[in-house]
Amino acid sequence: MASLLEVRGLTIRFGGITALNDVSFDVAEGHIAGLIGPNGAGKTTCFNCITRLYQPSSGQVVFQGDDLLRCAPQQIAGKRIARTFQNVALFDHMTTLDNVLVGGHARFPSGLAGRQFEAQARAEALEILDRLGMAQCAGRPVRGLPFGTRKSVELARALMAKPVLLLLDEPAAGLSHEEVAQLGTTIKRVAVEFETTILMVEHHMQLVMSVSDHIIVLASGRKLADGTPEIVQQNPAVIEAYLGTV
Amino acid sequence: MRSNGPRLAAIALAIVVIAVLPAIAPSFIVFDFIFVAAYAIAILGLIVLTGMNGQISLGHGAFMALGGYVAAVLAHNAGWPYWIGVPLAAVASGAFGILIGLIALRLAGVYLALATFSLAVATPSFLKHFKSVTGGFGGLSLDTVKAPGWFPLDAQNWLYYVAWAVTGVVFLLSALLVQGKFGRALRALRDNPIAAVSFGVNPYYYKTLAFGWSAVLAGIGGAFLAMATAYVSPDTFTFALSITLLIGAVLGGILTFWGALVGAIVVEFLPFVAQKINAGAPGVVYGVALILMMLFVPDGIVGGLQRLVRGLIGQPQLQPALEPTVPPAASIAVDQPSRE
Repeated sequence: MASLLEVRGLTIRFGGITALNDVSFDVAEGHIAGLIGPNGAGKTTCFNCITRLYQPSSGQVVFQGDDLLRCAPQQIAGKRIARTFQNVALFDHMTTLDNVLVGGHARFPSGLAGRQFEAQARAEALEILDRLGMAQCAGRPVRGLPFGTRKSVELARALMAKPVLLLLDEPAAGLSHEEVAQLGTTIKRVAVEFETTILMVEHHMQLVMSVSDHIIVLASGRKLADGTPEIVQQNPAVIEAYLGTV
Repeated sequence: MRSNGPRLAAIALAIVVIAVLPAIAPSFIVFDFIFVAAYAIAILGLIVLTGMNGQISLGHGAFMALGGYVAAVLAHNAGWPYWIGVPLAAVASGAFGILIGLIALRLAGVYLALATFSLAVATPSFLKHFKSVTGGFGGLSLDTVKAPGWFPLDAQNWLYYVAWAVTGVVFLLSALLVQGKFGRALRALRDNPIAAVSFGVNPYYYKTLAFGWSAVLAGIGGAFLAMATAYVSPDTFTFALSITLLIGAVLGGILTFWGALVGAIVVEFLPFVAQKINAGAPGVVYGVALILMMLFVPDGIVGGLQRLVRGLIGQPQLQPALEPTVPPAASIAVDQPSRE
């Protein structure tokens, strides 16, 4: 299967710390890929390099043949890459609908030319909210919403960008048992219904193993393993990194 | 979803009140309301910049000065009519605003506040220095605005109606500007710049344009201030003017355009009221009034009124009544009075 995203030799240093050290992996089109590893492994840093919030020291990130490292951060959404954030980064003083509409910012023209698309954008945003079961929240300010709902608003906002690649940063963090169970179904459904490839950082092993086609394991900034969930789970280096050495 | 009914009714009411005011109010009140229009336009600029985009400016008096002096110099030195002078004042102020906006991209929060404050502090000295153009200390006296022959009322009423017509136009233009995608991008950058940028909002473009438009409005406000007093001097545009504008925006309600209107009325009349309550220490009364308003209507008078109306007609509150709806950047200005 063709690679949608190719990460090659990605290295980034913050002062004396090497947060990512020569990390390479591929994400195949149509896959759900899991990026896992102990705390501080460099998972979110990797996301931030792909979305250009960080400038890697060396390496390449190629998406559909384009070198992403040549893009400014605000150009990434235009490449149809959307993300959620580990710490829920919503626009707190805006309504749910407006939050989702910002997700479509890169898709519609600006200025007077964009006005005719406003109704279409609204209809699409409402439809996404409806499909995620949040239509009733559309007019409410997001900061009053429960945590789980806020995470869903982030997902809806990312889907509004019509992503070819969707990056989910710890979608299960802070959710209840029931919500996590629901999330697995939602992620699989979203991948199919919205025709998007997903790369997800997650600590919840059961969730990652059940939804992912492919798993990349990072530890201390290096790639430990890469493969199907079955292969990765049996890798001695992975078991050691997770259980620790005594 | 909120319906547009109450909003349209409020707009209609405001237009009617402004239209009939000269017929029912004494002349000096009509005169004061020309200043209210000038302040409302300038404060609207701050609401777009600080309330909607989260960029704090403590220096908007400088843009008013630029607008006021451009209109005054063109009238005084070149004899140009105001219908050319005011648009040119807007253009000059807007261009300067974009320049300052480009510098502001590198500064955030309090640093931007301080940088713009220094602009306000430097303005009077700057005006005094370039005597040959600005008239130096003494400023420039202008001919009072004359009404055209077909206008049935006197010159003061003419200026009043022109000022409020322009106010109406700039409010409408601003409303169109911040509707839809543009306004959402401004507010997204205010609430969470990293998330906004990740969804394709270009921070340089939107923040610079917000600064530019904000300065256009301040420049127009300054031009009307000059026309109303028929005089400009460095003392008209001290740093206190910049602070007054921010006070007006925060007291009126920095998240809504209505805040500009209400804030302008407050900053124009509160000093008089304070003077009446205690002629010896009007500053103290003014200060106490500010602190009380911050305590009881932290989201501005308009925010407080909206909650009151919603309570009266039994609509659900959109937000908890005691929590201010002031964006993070703007809350610095709100926090100050309550700091120990």
